[in-house]
Amino acid sequence: MISDRINEKSPWQDITEGNKIYEAATSREFCTGEWRTSTPVFDGMKCKQCLLCVPVCPDSSIPVKDQRRMAFDLDHCKGCGICAKVCPFGAITMREGK
Amino acid sequence: MAIRERLSGNEAVAYAIKQINPDVMPAFPITPSTEIPQYVATYIANGEIDTEFIHVESEHSAMSATLGACAAGARALTATSSCGMALMWEELYVAASDRLPIVLALVNRALTGPININADHSDSMGARDSGWIQIYAESNQEVYDNFLQAFPIAEHKDVQLPIMICQDGFITSHGVENILLVEDDLVKEFVGERNPEHYLLNPNEKMSVGPYAVSNYYMETKKAQREAMNNAKRVILEMAERFEKMTGRKYGFFEEYCMDDAEYAVVIIGSAAGTCKAAIDEIRQTTGKKVGLLKIRVFRPFPEEEIALALKDMKAIAILDRSEMFSATSGPLGAEVRAALYGVKSQAEVVNYFYGLGGRDITVDDFKVVYDKLEKIAETGEITDMYDYIGLRSR
Amino acid sequence: MAEKYNFKEVMSKPERLAPGHRMCAGCGGTITVRNVLRALHEEDKAVIGNATGCLEVSSYMYPYTAYEDSYIHNAFENAGATLSGVETAYNVLKKKGKIKDTYKFITFGGDGGTYDIGFQSLSGAMERGHDMVYVCYDNGAYMNTGTQRSSATPQFADTTTTPAGSQSNGKVQIRKDLAAIMAEHHIPYVGQTTFTRDFKDLYTKAEKAIYTPGAAFLNVMSPCPRGWGYETSEIMTICKLAVDTCYWPLFEVIDGKWILSYAPKNKLPLEDFLRPQRRFKHLFKPGNEELIGLFQAEVDRRWEELLNKCE
Repeated sequence: MISDRINEKSPWQDITEGNKIYEAATSREFCTGEWRTSTPVFDGMKCKQCLLCVPVCPDSSIPVKDQRRMAFDLDHCKGCGICAKVCPFGAITMREGK
Repeated sequence: MAIRERLSGNEAVAYAIKQINPDVMPAFPITPSTEIPQYVATYIANGEIDTEFIHVESEHSAMSATLGACAAGARALTATSSCGMALMWEELYVAASDRLPIVLALVNRALTGPININADHSDSMGARDSGWIQIYAESNQEVYDNFLQAFPIAEHKDVQLPIMICQDGFITSHGVENILLVEDDLVKEFVGERNPEHYLLNPNEKMSVGPYAVSNYYMETKKAQREAMNNAKRVILEMAERFEKMTGRKYGFFEEYCMDDAEYAVVIIGSAAGTCKAAIDEIRQTTGKKVGLLKIRVFRPFPEEEIALALKDMKAIAILDRSEMFSATSGPLGAEVRAALYGVKSQAEVVNYFYGLGGRDITVDDFKVVYDKLEKIAETGEITDMYDYIGLRSR
Repeated sequence: MAEKYNFKEVMSKPERLAPGHRMCAGCGGTITVRNVLRALHEEDKAVIGNATGCLEVSSYMYPYTAYEDSYIHNAFENAGATLSGVETAYNVLKKKGKIKDTYKFITFGGDGGTYDIGFQSLSGAMERGHDMVYVCYDNGAYMNTGTQRSSATPQFADTTTTPAGSQSNGKVQIRKDLAAIMAEHHIPYVGQTTFTRDFKDLYTKAEKAIYTPGAAFLNVMSPCPRGWGYETSEIMTICKLAVDTCYWPLFEVIDGKWILSYAPKNKLPLEDFLRPQRRFKHLFKPGNEELIGLFQAEVDRRWEELLNKCE
């Protein structure tokens, strides 16, 4: 975890040179799911795996494996509701709260 | 064997660039530095170097592209003067805080306004807080020698800071002088290859540069920059020693001329030091008065302790600034040298002069007047003004 | 390249923008970035550039980077020049044998950083013909600083620096047509797109932009729910209306040839696009019908102009 090495308590000696980060995608450690005020609920029975919900997610929170969508990444989903709106089969509904 | 040549300061820098054969040079024309990219473009046109030139549409883009190239892993440099550097201002700070070892060939020229193309240090002095190493030259030989040391200093693992190699517009940049050039193979060996540990195009790791850093990180970042600047002091001397072994030419933070027994000293940066030396020779020969010169080579990192030690026992000191900063007390060199002397509780009387702004000439006679004034100040202990002017017309 | 578009295969390609960035819920800018980067071939490496803006301060907040590739942000007005330097370095290092892999260079800027303050740097980079793509995620105002007007802001939009008031109908001037200006640079590829149901338009244009040798420019309308004033979930409806009213036509310019990507069967009245957005609310007050008429006339004029170019 990069947050173990660099965090708000780190002494200046531990800050990377020029604030460069030498690894990819460290943002995964930050859970934006906390921001949610409403939560998508996925109904696997209704889903036809059309994947139209995948490209519209601003938070890369609908993982795809072997051309099938997986469960929502609720650590990061901010609850914007775009996916629910585009689903042609009513397989995604938005529930109030986290 | 060193190569004897006659070159202008701009030619000398361009020749050094040819010998170093850097990867990327983005540059934009501006007087008096324009010749440097012109010469480099000619080397490229004739297949003499591998450097890629980027014909940027402004100096801001010149420094931006240099920064991108350096972050990508290339050895990158640019050249500019005056307003060109002012347009780079924002980028100077980014380069330093990103810890990118960029080299800038700066040909010092007055900042506008009014528009003026002549020698003046207002461009680089204004950038003194940007986090760049600054090395100045008196002569074409010095600017060439400094340039050869630039990449090894900047790229040293304990430094990783951008560096500007400064010379006086027209006086040095366009004046042709005898010069000793180092052989190509020795330069190659001295400068070496750039092998960065982290860079954007590193196939083995991904790197992100230039984050938004909140207040929890900004201050620690600045402290790390300061530490690198402190390390640069050591590295500058190490490189000077290596350079001396190669060429026999000795460099330090500053040059002391007739300072062993001096009682009255002038502190100055750049080409006017040559005129001052001529004045010293004449004064010593005709009157025997103990006058000397401390010529600053390295202004960032500022060698405060060393300067204070060299000056503290003077009876009187004149610090000459070739740029205005409109403070209550002095110009930038004056302010920093005074602060250094305060630190060692020196009893020396200190006066600050503005000279040569916008290319105004300074003569041997002007320096004689300065030394006369220092003698009077030391005798009477009276300083009428914190600062004064040399060569200013006044009613 | 992009001969056939297999939606499910494309959606199965690895993500190159990681979650955990701090962009707002429902942000159009991030949808643009994700789907442009998806067009990279899996085996290719990339360096992503970024002008200062929402995207930058949210996607690389020290020490959290959202990028799966190397990334460089420099400042607001110089994304074009910065990536020029990176691309040139790549060419030299490749020539010298220091780099073996294939890298692609893509930079993102908001409309403020692209149409306005970064315009000169963009123009320079395009004119020099660096092998890079400049992607403008155009949300029609300076959203990072709180919805100030840019030259990409549509006429009559209510922004924080062109507020609608008793003596003001929002922004006075019409939008700058940046895609056309970029086409006039005679670069090999210019595309204008936004989000469509299966993202084919955006994906194929991104792939062409990335894999056409030389400089390419992509203008992507990327709605901003906060700045435009609509429910976050409505983004795809907003985009569809923008396209079907011909407010935001989809087209590309390949080697100087203008090609229309889509012509709506039923060109909808502009007010269908305007009505759902808070920034145009004042246009629907009684007595302001004339303003909508003026706006409609401008959209019609530009649409006709585009059709002529595409003939």
